[in-house]
Amino acid sequence: MRHLLSTADLSHTQALSILDTAEEMAAVSTREVKKLPTLRGRTVVNLFFEDSTRTRISFEAAAKRLSADVMNFSAKGSSVSKGESLKDTVQTLEAIGADAIVMRHWASGAAAQLAASDWTDCAVINAGDGTHEHPTQALLDALTLRRGWSAAQGQDPRGTDLTGMRVLIVGDILHSRVARSNIWLLRTLGADVGLVAPATLLPVGVEKWPVSVYYSLDEALGSGPEAGPDAIMMLRVQAERMGGAYFPTAAEYTRRWGLTDERLARLEAHRGAAGQTPMILHPGPMNRGVEISAAAADSPMNQVLDQVSHGVSVRMAVLHLLLSSSERNTA
Amino acid sequence: MTHTRTATLVLGARPYGEAPLDVLITEGRIAAVGDAARAQAEQLHAEQPEGLRTLEAEGLIMLPGMVDLHTHLREPGREDAETVETGSRAAAKGGFTAVHAMANSSPVADSAGVVEQVHRLGRASGWTEVYPVGAVTVGLAGERLAELGAMAESSAQVRMFSDDGMCVHNPVLMRRALEYVKTVDGFIAQHAQEPMLTEGAQMNEGDVSAILGLPGWPAVAEESIIARDVLLAQHVGSRLHICHVSTAGSVEIIRWAKERGIDVTAEVTPHHLLLTDELVRGYDPVYKVNPPLRTSADVEALRAGLADGTIDIIGTDHAPHPTQAKECEWSAAAMGMTGLETALPVIIKTMIATGLMDWRRFAEVTSIMPARIYRHAHQGRPLEAGEPANLILIDPESTQVVDPAGHASKGRNSPFRGMELPGSVRATFLHGHPVVLDGELNTPLTHPTPETPAREVSA
Ligand SMILES: [Zn+2]
Repeated sequence: MRHLLSTADLSHTQALSILDTAEEMAAVSTREVKKLPTLRGRTVVNLFFEDSTRTRISFEAAAKRLSADVMNFSAKGSSVSKGESLKDTVQTLEAIGADAIVMRHWASGAAAQLAASDWTDCAVINAGDGTHEHPTQALLDALTLRRGWSAAQGQDPRGTDLTGMRVLIVGDILHSRVARSNIWLLRTLGADVGLVAPATLLPVGVEKWPVSVYYSLDEALGSGPEAGPDAIMMLRVQAERMGGAYFPTAAEYTRRWGLTDERLARLEAHRGAAGQTPMILHPGPMNRGVEISAAAADSPMNQVLDQVSHGVSVRMAVLHLLLSSSERNTA
Repeated sequence: MTHTRTATLVLGARPYGEAPLDVLITEGRIAAVGDAARAQAEQLHAEQPEGLRTLEAEGLIMLPGMVDLHTHLREPGREDAETVETGSRAAAKGGFTAVHAMANSSPVADSAGVVEQVHRLGRASGWTEVYPVGAVTVGLAGERLAELGAMAESSAQVRMFSDDGMCVHNPVLMRRALEYVKTVDGFIAQHAQEPMLTEGAQMNEGDVSAILGLPGWPAVAEESIIARDVLLAQHVGSRLHICHVSTAGSVEIIRWAKERGIDVTAEVTPHHLLLTDELVRGYDPVYKVNPPLRTSADVEALRAGLADGTIDIIGTDHAPHPTQAKECEWSAAAMGMTGLETALPVIIKTMIATGLMDWRRFAEVTSIMPARIYRHAHQGRPLEAGEPANLILIDPESTQVVDPAGHASKGRNSPFRGMELPGSVRATFLHGHPVVLDGELNTPLTHPTPETPAREVSA
């Protein structure tokens, strides 16, 4: 693996390798000395064309725990018409001596273009590209889900996948890079995936995806005690979608697709195959009262803080796997 | 200014791919065909030995020069992308004896002054005939009609009007435009794209866009405008031409309209006959074009439509861009592909090699029909004695690997880069003068052609 661009092109073996390495990294994070010397002398650049303090800090912490040098490069608004081109920016970073470029970009496909170009020899890590993918978010979600799923079965998570786990993804699938990355990775790991959204927020052609599609969250949650998901992932509703173009009002959205107190109660009553309660995931930041109620946000079933710490472990694993295996070509 | 050789005897070329014949070209016309060609050539040779060029054309096919109703020459305003001179060279090399320069230059060709400038530049270049297309609305803004009458009466004698790049989406304005062009014996070429349905659109809306996370350009945005406009054209009794038809549904609507006797013609680009949205998966902006590359089902329907006459012509939509406009993020990249120098091989690959059409039909869709739509009197003519010698010789057996670096166009944005394509243009004759010989640019036509092109009288 030279780059991490999308989960669509991760094999089962590669995905498990990242998750298992992330478990090792998580163990390091609980030690008194949290640093590993693996990437000493290597340089990781966080190239962010779009603000995301959470993701940037997570990558920064991951790189530093592996003893890499970290540079943060904020290039907001860069495009052909205004300011420097992606090509020139990246060639500058290359000249500075970057070994890996962690890129967040507003344009779908920007990371893939960078990896395919001859502008740089750096390892490219997609930290979110437009409405395409956000693979490290999906990997940290998978790490979180795998912990819960294996614990319920009394197993060590390492080496296991998510076979048989039922995961619902609720919200704006159409514009969500988190959803896309999660769908492909969860399927690769053997989970059953259900998408729940108004039809306006599902992509054309979704019926050909290897998922179940529900317009009704209540239907997706099932009715009997045997039905229902093992995990539910609530996507953030973007403010710009609330103007009546995709759904009438925030209130109607909440009524139909929000994780309300009533639906939380149904989830709490639900027991999975091993007697466990379902997990609630959210990529954050949460819109309390819109897609998720305050009670659901604060519920012990909610994994949001674990997701944050798993983010660092997964990003350490990715940096480690991409950079420690290959020496930089200095020619 | 003197051409020592003013006559050309073409030996053994196959007109329309049929039985080989000799053809004598003198004074801008086909002087004689068959045995008469040889006899007249011998006479010419006796009178003026150095005045006759002889071209061995065994194995080559002779066709009427291609006529492109859809070319972006970029001048004035974007001379970094293309000029009338470089675009004309590309046209000649590609086998086009006439091109029609779309109005989305800067300034927009929405006045007599701009269309006359483009027309003059074309005549000065001498590699192909250049006909400016006039804008339908001022500044392509879709708000009020441009001075169509002034452009029609100008020295450029504009008859084709289009806001190409933009759709004339206001239905009332479109109706008025269709009505008004009747008074200048013109026609409207519509870029069919409902703007509200395609806001921010980046590629065909479908299975691939769903995965790539790129905003979709749905087929219905094209089809709904075509459906509306054929009905408007019928209602006001005017001529409508649909640019770059790209979807199977559009073919169906046009077929329906023609069955009802509506005076509509339609065009398809070479790239829409060959490429699909699967190519977008790598996010290489060389595949970004408007309308977007569609699905293989659409490609099949377009080929069938072109073969059965539902689609009348090929239009290249040649759209050169400077390198930096394509060397960037997909969403930031310019839309468009070069096409003049690859059109012929792509049509051969998609339509001839597949058996969907013969060389007669090839001549219809690349020359005869586009000339008839514009009502040119001296383009798209039969390969017969007495006819104007706007014609090409092509080698159907050769193959070439497309290398944009070798193109005469300034644009390097060819989506066919690296593809092996069949067929090549060996010679292009413009008013009897070989602007292309042995597949390379020769010399431009320098003796003046009539200032105002002769035109058929409309029925
Ligand atoms: Zn157009």
